[in-house]
Amino acid sequence: MTLVPVLLPLAMAVVVFLTPSKLWRPRLLAATAAAHFAATVAIVAGEAPAGAGAWLRLDAPGRLLLGVVSLLFLACAVYSVGYLRYRVERENRRFCACMLAALGSMSLVAYAQHLGLLWVGIEATTLATAPLIYFNRTARSIEATWKYLVISSVGIALALLGSFFVGYAALLGGGEASMLFGDLLASAPSLSKPWLRAGFTLLLVGYGAKLGLAPMHTWKPDAYGEAPGVVGAILAGGLTSCAFFALLRLTQITAAAGEGVYARRLLVVMGLVSMAVAGALMLGQRDLKRMLAYSSVEQMGLLAMASGLGPTATFATLFHLVNNAFGKGVMFFAVGNLHRAFGGKTTVEVHGGLRRLPLSGTLFFLGLFAVTGSPPFGPFVSELLILQSAFGAGRWIVGGLFLAFLLLAFAGMGATTLAALQGRPPRSARRSVYRERFTTCAPAIVLLGLVLLFGLHLPVPIRTLIEDAAAALAVGP
Amino acid sequence: MTSLLASLVAALLLVNLVALGTSRIGTVVRAVALQGVLLGILAIAAQGDLTWRVLALAFASITLKGWLIPVILFRALRQVEIKREVEPSLGLLPSLLLGALATVLAVVAGSRLPLAETRLAPLLIPASLATVAAGFIQLTTRRKAISQVLGYLVLENGIFVFGLLLVEAMPFLVEAGVLLDLFVGIFVLSIIIHHINREFASLDTRRMSLLKE
Repeated sequence: MTLVPVLLPLAMAVVVFLTPSKLWRPRLLAATAAAHFAATVAIVAGEAPAGAGAWLRLDAPGRLLLGVVSLLFLACAVYSVGYLRYRVERENRRFCACMLAALGSMSLVAYAQHLGLLWVGIEATTLATAPLIYFNRTARSIEATWKYLVISSVGIALALLGSFFVGYAALLGGGEASMLFGDLLASAPSLSKPWLRAGFTLLLVGYGAKLGLAPMHTWKPDAYGEAPGVVGAILAGGLTSCAFFALLRLTQITAAAGEGVYARRLLVVMGLVSMAVAGALMLGQRDLKRMLAYSSVEQMGLLAMASGLGPTATFATLFHLVNNAFGKGVMFFAVGNLHRAFGGKTTVEVHGGLRRLPLSGTLFFLGLFAVTGSPPFGPFVSELLILQSAFGAGRWIVGGLFLAFLLLAFAGMGATTLAALQGRPPRSARRSVYRERFTTCAPAIVLLGLVLLFGLHLPVPIRTLIEDAAAALAVGP
Repeated sequence: MTSLLASLVAALLLVNLVALGTSRIGTVVRAVALQGVLLGILAIAAQGDLTWRVLALAFASITLKGWLIPVILFRALRQVEIKREVEPSLGLLPSLLLGALATVLAVVAGSRLPLAETRLAPLLIPASLATVAAGFIQLTTRRKAISQVLGYLVLENGIFVFGLLLVEAMPFLVEAGVLLDLFVGIFVLSIIIHHINREFASLDTRRMSLLKE
């Protein structure tokens, strides 16, 4: 019963794959997402520990991750119903089945309490999403899928080696050979330091490739650029959150073993470098989806840097992760709609977005302020909290660079977004078939509403969820 | 037992170098298949007592890496009808020497790191690191998509060797999951290879340069 969020989507992926009707597959997808969300709410709200065995259990961080993934996916599934109506010429069997497989594997990541199982879940998310990037069947999308698969698979293979290193560090410590987070945390002080350091480094490189931290970010603009917008939302909000949680858990173990300074220094440096690289590449970017990909690189860098600030920033980091997931959803939905209406996704084709699509255009415009951290949206609050803990710890240079890179990203994104929204739409776009519909706009409105709500007042149940997760992840100084 | 282990490890390392130094893709596929079989035997030889778990793991590894994956790769090779040469961007001899150098470095690194016990670890850890390095060299210096997949397989094999030290810490479900992920990964990659060939009329990954800043 408690494993419903993992098993239901996987079972439904098979059902959807066998469903003959092109019309019913997206509906089944949305229905499954709704059932998944209902089950998640029931499990997360119920205090009882959920899971099976020692290695599949939903702890406080897992609850938060599952909640974020489930809600974002529900929005994506509803959006897909509308999106696929405009893509009737495409076979959607694989698309719907792979979406559900991705949901099941992301849920598995939330449940995983074992380093190896965590790896299995994250690798499964990579494999399930590869066919989604390839949905359009163009030469460009094949190239993007290939880069995505090769870089992610190799990166993640290194993460498996890193996981084994950490397991071996426990074996050397004289304890029982175990790769469960609980056991590793308990025996942390006796872990072999050289193996732990090597393991953490490999894991950071491996899961960092999945996050798109520089210099392993090169697949990201290609994959996000060629995938349908809704897939971009899943990649940027769901998969990255999963990989980031993996890094958080490993940082916790490494810190508990007394190697926190080493781990956090790596995280801060990699995070700041990613922010710098992404900011530079966003300037003058014409392709809206590639711009969002670099924005995701920047946000992942921000999160890595924030997690490197130590336990005082954990709440802010997790809060920002939630904001980022929903904010990216808004942006990818809006860009997806613009792409449909204008038949292109660069500012060469897309201009006058506000006139052609008043609703999606407005959502894109407001989303820009949300994801770049302007008040009154949630990311403003979480970024302010991160900045506070940086300055509070006396890390003036880190805080200063952080602010500078945020400004850089705002400048880059702002110029591209305004170029797409202002002006008169080209004649071809005025005649295109795309019309704003409930299914393609409501998900973005709901997510934007949530991000706005988080900025004005963080509801108590969500605050508690984040606080519990932060408390469970914070160990030692 | 130790001499059997040592010869298995030696064979494993030899296959790495064969895979790096051969010009025909078909031979490389066979070499990697042989490595998969060796890994299965190594999994049994590494454990003192024969439990059903170890046997199942060995069986799964041999069927998957020694038979199923090579079958998929040969099929992909037939479908795309490419010239069956490896076409490395770094010559075969330099990459072979690089692989040999990596093996030596792995042995040195293995002797400097602290080890838990003296039976398995001094053999398996250098073998694992050397195989990972050989896979990485193959992955980065080959131009054809299928050669890169083979490099990825060698890299995974190296990680599998390290995993043998941690059999007790890995629930069977997890090991099965790792193998399943590998299988699905290769399956998806071989489908993409087919499409790469159709769209770009080549498996040369340098032709895929539509996407850049």
